[in-house]
Amino acid sequence: MQITSPAFKENARGALADPQLQRALGHVRSGFIDKRKVAVDALPEFDALRESARAIKDHTLTHLDLYLEAYERKVEEAGGRVHWAETAEDARAIILDICRASGARTVTKGKSMITEEIGLNAFLEKEGIRPVETDLGEYIIQLRNEHPSHIIAPAVHLNRDQVETDFRHAHTHLPEERDLSEPVALLGEAREVLRSQFLAADVGITGANFLVAETGSSVIVTNEGNGDLTQTLPKVHVVVASIEKVVPTLEDLSQILRLLARSATGQEMSVYTTLSTGSRRPNDPDGPEEYHVVLIDNGRSAMLGTEFQEMLRCIRCGACMNHCPVYHAVGGHAYGWVYPGPMGAVLTPALAGLDKAGHLPNASTFCGRCEAVCPMKIPLPKMMRHWREREFERALNPAVDRYGIKVWAMFARRPRLYRLATSLAMPALALVGRRKGAFRRLPLASGWTQYRDLPAPEGRTFMQQWRDRSVSGGAEI
Amino acid sequence: MNGRTAVLNKLRAALGVARDDEARTQAVAWRLAETPTGVVPARGRLPEKDRVALFCEKARQVSASVERVASIDDVPGAVSAYLRARNLPASVRMGTDARLKAMPWQTAGSLKVEPGPAGPQDEAGVSFAFAGIAETGTVLLYSGEANPTTVNFLPEHHIVAVDASDIAGDLEAALSAIRQAFGKGTMPRTLNLITGPSRSADIEQTLLLGAHGPRALHLIVIDGS
Ligand code: SF4
Repeated sequence: MQITSPAFKENARGALADPQLQRALGHVRSGFIDKRKVAVDALPEFDALRESARAIKDHTLTHLDLYLEAYERKVEEAGGRVHWAETAEDARAIILDICRASGARTVTKGKSMITEEIGLNAFLEKEGIRPVETDLGEYIIQLRNEHPSHIIAPAVHLNRDQVETDFRHAHTHLPEERDLSEPVALLGEAREVLRSQFLAADVGITGANFLVAETGSSVIVTNEGNGDLTQTLPKVHVVVASIEKVVPTLEDLSQILRLLARSATGQEMSVYTTLSTGSRRPNDPDGPEEYHVVLIDNGRSAMLGTEFQEMLRCIRCGACMNHCPVYHAVGGHAYGWVYPGPMGAVLTPALAGLDKAGHLPNASTFCGRCEAVCPMKIPLPKMMRHWREREFERALNPAVDRYGIKVWAMFARRPRLYRLATSLAMPALALVGRRKGAFRRLPLASGWTQYRDLPAPEGRTFMQQWRDRSVSGGAEI
Repeated sequence: MNGRTAVLNKLRAALGVARDDEARTQAVAWRLAETPTGVVPARGRLPEKDRVALFCEKARQVSASVERVASIDDVPGAVSAYLRARNLPASVRMGTDARLKAMPWQTAGSLKVEPGPAGPQDEAGVSFAFAGIAETGTVLLYSGEANPTTVNFLPEHHIVAVDASDIAGDLEAALSAIRQAFGKGTMPRTLNLITGPSRSADIEQTLLLGAHGPRALHLIVIDGS
């Protein structure tokens, strides 16, 4: 997909001024947070499980090559095929070949962020194959020609009336006077329309929440059942998964499953957790005749062994964005690519390039809630800071910022000079700003004063006041 | 160079390791063979009676309906009563699972049993679960000659019989039962862990039952076998 992360500031400004979006974002603020808390509080072992899951993933990542090889062996033993893709382009070509070989005209799709990442839908359409998204949220945004704004609730930026308009526009074969005023009517209509698509599709494409090396299974976790129909009814099932999805054993899978649904939606378990292993067995009455797994690197191997390796523990639960004040304010589209919120602010520069996504690590208040709720204990704020440092080193910031930081660094290394400068500046500013008690405009500080007033100082610096207090209180500086 | 070699080489370069590092190979082989257990919640560790009660309670919490019967001979009657109470046609889709076949379906009056995989016209499907999982109210079903996966997803109503003695306390216990039944490292094509009827909250975060899978999940717990 087209990346608009370089325009994060403009995107955010637009998002803040969009009343429909702001209304929809209210659902994120109210819904996810409370539900997660109830589910987490009900499981005394939750924190111990987080530690356990972190250890599992760290072990797996440092042995990733071997677990992928073990996984591949098991898939092939079960009659499946594994394809390896270094890049998004390679992955698209592999998937197209599989579709072509089976003469596919329509493919149904379960919800998958990795297929968004590799821009699969647009590519298949260009090649004359029609992709049909079957998750309700994904279906809605496909009708609107949009991209997901949330990794588990793709249409969370929309309101019911917008969906009604889209359905009336798209489903012209249905009577105009039908009542779609309730969400349940919209769901019923999507179910009916998509039923025929499930049955007609030649290939079903799903993502994978996990791959299990011990058994060669791919695992999907869903609530709607669309992923299961997608992978059961067509004669070919293609699993598209990035390489870090692998876990060693069924026990390891069990540990992380307990965290995923609780962190994502506040469920103890999602409705459908499905393990698929190979193709339909000789006497099976249903299921796909062919089973393919496309393993995608697309930038992940370059994160291994760096300060961003821990990001590869991410299980895409969405808790970090559900708890992020910046996400709450601007929604997912402002981030400009597939992955929004704190996890996107770390992942997007790694996968799409810091030159394009350099703004994203700044889209944080460093309140730390993302890290506090992340089931995989990923230090998101720390990694955003790493990106900021890299961005600074690469001199991608505007010249004024860089100059400002250099000046600040000079003072920071010379505390006496700093104290002298501030003790001169404070009375001066106090004098100038005394009349109103605040500045509406201040040279070099327009980034602040454009949106709010800067309170005028009282005339003494923090250091001076501290020294006075310490003298009376006896503390040392 | 093909994709496989390229990706594996990149991984080894990033990790700074050689292909034939003995210690790493051993560590991986050990974990895959020994399958160490992690943190298992205490909530499922209960005597059978309480475990079954927890299973029923958890399943109801996720909007499944649950009834308990004394023996497998009572299942056909329970199925037909379920259909009647909801004004559904007296017809069910069912695999040829031996435990289902052994039930006295002829005693359930006019109930028609259609064997084989489900189609879009089927209103109700019946399955026999391999296991239940008490900690979350989940049922575990696997695909095979006698157990079509489509029965679990296409009909609007999914009725699942589960033997009380097959209800495990936790997920690990249920999955290790699968491991025992199929052999280590071997799996059926599809393993379905089902926790309540299908649902979606994609429109304004309003939770609605009955998305693409069944609108209703009815569990029949068989106590006396
Ligand atoms: S970073 Fe953590 S909280 Fe965010 S999606 Fe990934 S696992 Fe979930």
